Amino acid sequence: MSEETVLRTRDLSIGYRRTRRAPAVIASDLSFSLRPGELVCLLGPNGAGKSTLMRTLARLQPPLSGQIWLDERLLDDLRPGQLARRLSIVLTDRVDVGAMSGYGLVSLGRHPYTGWTGTLEEQDQQIVQWALQAVRATDLADRLTVEMSDGERQKVLIARALAQQPRVMLLDEPTAFLDLPRRVEVMDLLRQLASENRQAILLSTHDLDLALRNADRLWLLSADGELFDGAPEDLILNGAFERVFSAEGVTFDRERGSFHTRQEACGRLRLEGDGVAVFWTGRALERIGYAVEKEGENGDSASYATILPPQKSAIGTVSVRMQDDGLIYNLEMEGREDAFATLSALTTYLRRGGAGGETDAQIDEDLYARR
Amino acid sequence: MNRENAPFAASNIRVHASLTRNFPAGPGLLLAGLALLALAAFMLSLAVGSVRIPLDEIVAVLLGGDASKPAWATIVLKFRLPKALTAMLAGAALSVSGLQMQTLFRNPLAGPFVLGISSGASLGVAVAVLLAGVAVGLGGSTTLLAGISLAGDTSLALSAIVGSGLVLLLVMSVARRVQSGMTLLILGLMFGYTTSALVSVLIYFSVVERIQAYISWTFGSFGGVTWRQLQVMAPAILLGLVGGHLLMKPLNALLLGETYALSLGLNVRRVRLGIIGSSAILAGVVTAFCGPIGFLGIAVPHLCRSLLNTSDHRLLLPAVSFMGATLALGADIVAGLPGSQLTLPLNAVTALLGAPVVIWVILRQRNLRQAFAG
Repeated sequence: MSEETVLRTRDLSIGYRRTRRAPAVIASDLSFSLRPGELVCLLGPNGAGKSTLMRTLARLQPPLSGQIWLDERLLDDLRPGQLARRLSIVLTDRVDVGAMSGYGLVSLGRHPYTGWTGTLEEQDQQIVQWALQAVRATDLADRLTVEMSDGERQKVLIARALAQQPRVMLLDEPTAFLDLPRRVEVMDLLRQLASENRQAILLSTHDLDLALRNADRLWLLSADGELFDGAPEDLILNGAFERVFSAEGVTFDRERGSFHTRQEACGRLRLEGDGVAVFWTGRALERIGYAVEKEGENGDSASYATILPPQKSAIGTVSVRMQDDGLIYNLEMEGREDAFATLSALTTYLRRGGAGGETDAQIDEDLYARR
Repeated sequence: MNRENAPFAASNIRVHASLTRNFPAGPGLLLAGLALLALAAFMLSLAVGSVRIPLDEIVAVLLGGDASKPAWATIVLKFRLPKALTAMLAGAALSVSGLQMQTLFRNPLAGPFVLGISSGASLGVAVAVLLAGVAVGLGGSTTLLAGISLAGDTSLALSAIVGSGLVLLLVMSVARRVQSGMTLLILGLMFGYTTSALVSVLIYFSVVERIQAYISWTFGSFGGVTWRQLQVMAPAILLGLVGGHLLMKPLNALLLGETYALSLGLNVRRVRLGIIGSSAILAGVVTAFCGPIGFLGIAVPHLCRSLLNTSDHRLLLPAVSFMGATLALGADIVAGLPGSQLTLPLNAVTALLGAPVVIWVILRQRNLRQAFAG
């Protein structure tokens, strides 16, 4: 099973040919493969060549050198119709088809299978239905595409790509214009499609968190054209993320799997309390530049001890607790103790360097307003 | 992919039963209605004019019989029938050509003449009419040229054919090389500017009678086409119409844009050449025989899209053919000012009557983008 691949490249070099000048090479010596049933996310800084790689794999632009095999056949040997039955794409471009229903848009995916009039046979109609069902968009069949929201249109476009019954689907930033719930939905959908249909799905994205949670594998394409290929967790642990994104002026937090702007910590604060409030209090403190040490952990997990800077001791303690149906935040620092009704008040106070905290009267007022 | 195991809920299939048909009943009926409308306009255009002829007499004449007045048979067969046929063919041709250009360039403002076809024809005619005038004007004698016949003159048609044919060849050779449709659009535009500049120069040095002859040609007319000219015009337009309809599937794929069309297995370059070829033949032939008829080619596709509420070319192509024929006949009837001996310039009528209709249709749309496949 592990040997089975649907798409594979050898010594692929991508970029643009230019007239009377040497070609602009974006990445070279790329050798990788896609296996059926897996979801691979392509990540990389802007301008690294993610779209160029996708375009090259879809034969929308020629490679500078090297070979691509699709279904064990050289990509160049496939006729246009044969390619369209094996590989489909979803682009970032806004699709404006005028007055066309969701059903009509999806049925365009049957183009490689229909006759000269594009008439759908019984089987084509069933596949269009199936594709709409697979993306949970049967209710969009009758709706005009111009009346759909971005998320709905994206689902229909994915259904269109599915209707081509491809072995490989390439999606260029399919979550770019969607709100967060829609992103989660689309990513979840793609992961299920890959495993249910034994299709290989490659998508490019800037959505790190979703990629880390959903991808079977990640491809990290660095600005200097190097491709790191591996399970998300491996790439976090072996430092590939730092390598690819380091030039951006941000640091990669291995413990959280997310990026932070590089800034010196103002100091370390102990955080006490429990539940979801502690998590968000920690986020608020980190946002204004404090390192946070949670109750019961010393922040020094053994495996990262070598790569993180040596610990300083905490300069104060924040504790969160319930009081009168609301949360109250206590700060103990430099021998003083202050209470805050909101994180906004707490962070404002800390940013001012401790001057002018909330008075007791203000807190009472805030707490009163809650009831 | 496992087709057999795809979960088909029976209820879902029933819900969308109307959609699974390729031509739902509604648009199908509308299409038949449009065809009947075109037929009605055709009969009406034979009936009205400076003399009104009863419908049953017309049917009798068309079936090869005699009319109760011999003059009627002559009027119908010699004047009105070729004119009505020309109007139908020209209207359908310009509308199909306009639809093709709007889809190919994904631009609602595109029309049959965006590639400079009519500019080429204009230049051809201008050279034929005006340059001769310049020569004679310099010679000091204009009497020879008095009473030159206007649109429909075979020499005018010939020079228009040469002009638009040259542009067609130029456009096709460029289209084979360039990647993007936008480049073509800009080239067509620039070519239009160049030719109108050349025409201005010719006009500047020409004599009044010649200028008037040229301007009359630019007004457009269906009336000047003779039976003999129709023998050339009709097959050429029918060929272009059939070619245009054969491209319904690629045109639908192009609605998604050239990249998606490519990924659907479409040979975009070849299809583009086919579209440009058939579109240019349609626009070129009409311009050659009838002058540069404006407006219809841009307006009719918009009207049909909003009338049928679809951008599916399987419906739109026949729909714009019928609608184009109907409107061309209608415009010609109005331009003939029935009951009078006067006529109006055809181009003035198409725009004066058509523009308000299109504005109304477009504004009626809840979503402007819906009105075209831009």
